[in-house]
Amino acid sequence: MAIREADDRLPSWQAMDSGRLLLLAAVGMLVVAAVAHTAAARLTEPQTAIAFGSVIAIGELLRLRQQGGREAAPVATAAALAYALLLRVGALPGSQPVPHVAALQVITVTAVGMTVGALPHMAAGRPAGLTGMATRLVAVACVAFAFRPIAGTEIISGPGHWWIAFMVMTVLVVIGWLAEAMIASLIRADDLGARFSVALWDEMRIQLPLGAAVGVSAMMITFAAEVMGLAGLAVFMGPLLVTQVAFRRYAGISATYLQTVRALARVTEVGGYVESGHSRRVSRLAVAVGRELGLAEADLLDLEYAALMHDIGQLALPDPIPGGATVLVSIEDQRRIAELGADVISKAGVLDRVAELVRCQSWPSRGHDPEPPVGSRIIRAANAFDDLVGGSTDRDRTAAALERLRLDTASEYDPGVVEALSEVAGKRLASRLE
Amino acid sequence: MGRVSRAAWIYIAAVVVAAASVVAPRLSGPPMGTGWWLSLGVLMLLFLICDSVPTPLAERQSAWSPSSSATLAAVVLLGPVGAALVGAVSVLGLRRKLQPAERVFNGGMSAVSGFAAGQTFVALGGRIGLPRPADFPSIVWPFAAAAAAHVIVNLGLMWGVLQLTRSDGPRRIQMESSVPLLLASDLGYAALGLVIAALWTVMGPFAAALVLVPLFVARWAMGQFAEQRRAYGATMEALCQAVETKDYYTRGHSERVSRGSGMIARQIGMHADRSEAIMFAGMLHDVGKLGVPTKVLQKTGPLTEEEFAAIQLHPMRGLEIVREIGFLNEALAGIMHHHEKIDGTGYPMGFAGDEIPEFARVIAVADAFDSMTSTRSYREARRMSEAIEELRRGAGSQFDPVMVEAFIAALHREGWRLPERAAAPADRQTVTAQDHDDPTAPLRVIDSL
Repeated sequence: MAIREADDRLPSWQAMDSGRLLLLAAVGMLVVAAVAHTAAARLTEPQTAIAFGSVIAIGELLRLRQQGGREAAPVATAAALAYALLLRVGALPGSQPVPHVAALQVITVTAVGMTVGALPHMAAGRPAGLTGMATRLVAVACVAFAFRPIAGTEIISGPGHWWIAFMVMTVLVVIGWLAEAMIASLIRADDLGARFSVALWDEMRIQLPLGAAVGVSAMMITFAAEVMGLAGLAVFMGPLLVTQVAFRRYAGISATYLQTVRALARVTEVGGYVESGHSRRVSRLAVAVGRELGLAEADLLDLEYAALMHDIGQLALPDPIPGGATVLVSIEDQRRIAELGADVISKAGVLDRVAELVRCQSWPSRGHDPEPPVGSRIIRAANAFDDLVGGSTDRDRTAAALERLRLDTASEYDPGVVEALSEVAGKRLASRLE
Repeated sequence: MGRVSRAAWIYIAAVVVAAASVVAPRLSGPPMGTGWWLSLGVLMLLFLICDSVPTPLAERQSAWSPSSSATLAAVVLLGPVGAALVGAVSVLGLRRKLQPAERVFNGGMSAVSGFAAGQTFVALGGRIGLPRPADFPSIVWPFAAAAAAHVIVNLGLMWGVLQLTRSDGPRRIQMESSVPLLLASDLGYAALGLVIAALWTVMGPFAAALVLVPLFVARWAMGQFAEQRRAYGATMEALCQAVETKDYYTRGHSERVSRGSGMIARQIGMHADRSEAIMFAGMLHDVGKLGVPTKVLQKTGPLTEEEFAAIQLHPMRGLEIVREIGFLNEALAGIMHHHEKIDGTGYPMGFAGDEIPEFARVIAVADAFDSMTSTRSYREARRMSEAIEELRRGAGSQFDPVMVEAFIAALHREGWRLPERAAAPADRQTVTAQDHDDPTAPLRVIDSL
């Protein structure tokens, strides 16, 4: 996915977009206010604050990359939410009042813990991940501001009222999670040029499983702390780490999978069947066009795989087509290459949708019955564009290629796809000129 | 477990009798209250649900499911007998594909280990019942000892039954290599048992329901991981097959070299992660052949110097293709050097002896063996005995003798699926006239002098 590339450019202050700056400025001001307030008012229950702050720091150290390069810190988030929701430590309901811990103290402890946890990352030369930390801090702040004022009330913390507290906490955790998802998808939509509604839906779908585990763990820590005291916090690291290992392995294999398909798609280039860099350029272009058209992340991944492997059928040809430009070969050859490629891919048994996209890429985009899927129409146009332009960034050549595609929108290419393509090509030229 | 021998049956019966004898006398004693039975029922249910959730770290071993957290919660809440009863429900295990003997053994084993954990807890001064704030942190030590006893008894009983039912070496090696991870995950789940007990004080049986959420999320992620891994393997295989379509006679070669490399890796006790990586390397070892022009591969006469150089370059071409795949660090070296010879006369670098990476020494043996036992356009497939003879002859000059012997031992143990006999293809365009992998028919090169 093109997301890696977005992550690789480290955000320098000049290059940082306004949305990100606004978030960092707002969270930064909140943290300054919180620290100032906490310093003036003194820490309530310093031992508890230090324990939670330490676990947050450890959790921030054990950050996790999820699909599409999304960052998460499940252990840190669970501990911070638990601190925001904390009732009593080592005392049962009715035995003593809930100590008054201000929301600003929760924010201070979380921010300090996160910063300490981020230092080793910076020392190792990895990005500090300020945006991710700020986003997570917003979720914690939402929960803290809503819950701290009511934590001491009889209805929440009275004997036998655990289920009321539980329901209130559930609602607040969901709200915090939604806030985090919204900010993350706003920034992501901005970075990638995706639509906000699509980005939000993707974000929620991908973060839901881990979010549920983190939210429930936070509530369990809170209630367990009433009986176990701070030992509960330490004990909880075990199961959370097991969950984290599972997610890390999932993210790892997904990344390796994509890398492998990217690498192996190059066999057509090494074999001299297509021009060097063709598969990768077509896949980048196709994904950008798909995003422009509002495709969801799962469809974009299928599109990326299909675009990377769209020429794999050429391997079955005894000799390379001169220049490998499939836009110039006969319709029958195009169709045969597409069919052969789809056969290869469907042999894997798990990429049937990708195989379908590859199969339908040779169909004319309009007037064909049945209509080819949008992914195939995108690959058809992107492939033709790259065959005409190649790796060139020449403005006239780009304009000529787009013009040629436009002339063929009556039958060959989808007009909507061609418009999105010219949009993407225009943006690329503009960014190169800067 | 496979077939169950008489000795194994006696062992299983002994475990079950031991379980029954610790539980029976307590149950005939003073009756327990309804609260005790209710809690027991909920924990049994929790145990069963957890038992159907394989742990992230070991999908197969029944002893390592998160159900141990239910047993250890029972240790605190109900005592040794309750823990034994909770463990005993694994007889009803929801996982399919369990034989009756396995079910009975699992029930007996979990009951005995639950009881042992309970006795340890009590012996070290743990108080049975709903934990109170005053019990902490002192309860942690008897609980930790109980968790350790639970793991040790479980492992011991499991080890015993594995000794009696399994005879083959390599699986045991694999199990041993993953023991530290298993222990870590088991201690994590054991800690969860204490949390369940503590939550029970505040919210009663609802604690059991709450615990299931993170467990199921972890299971979900692990399921996704397994699915992705399967998809990954299948995709890689399909793409390698696509590369092979260029040459009729080498179809299936990548897959068989991958399998053979895996057999050697397991035989020499390679760690599970490395075994997996070497299988991928075996699968990908010849992708670079695609960079060799078809006319060179199909040439019947001797090759010119340039043509031979093009063939010698194929490991480098392969490396160029797979270099960007992150996980394959050691595998890259295997692909690059799989045509080096122990005596230093191979290509592309001319490495000798230990200079050749271990992965390459493994792949070279599997590669040559598959080439010899497959049909080629210029000869029939050789018999396995002939190919083994040839490998032995090349040991020390072309091949690493250790890998050759390991492969032969693995062949005797696991057997080898020979490629289907390739009939002459109708399409002459997909035939290779010479095989660069065949040690019995070296490539002929025109002497330029």
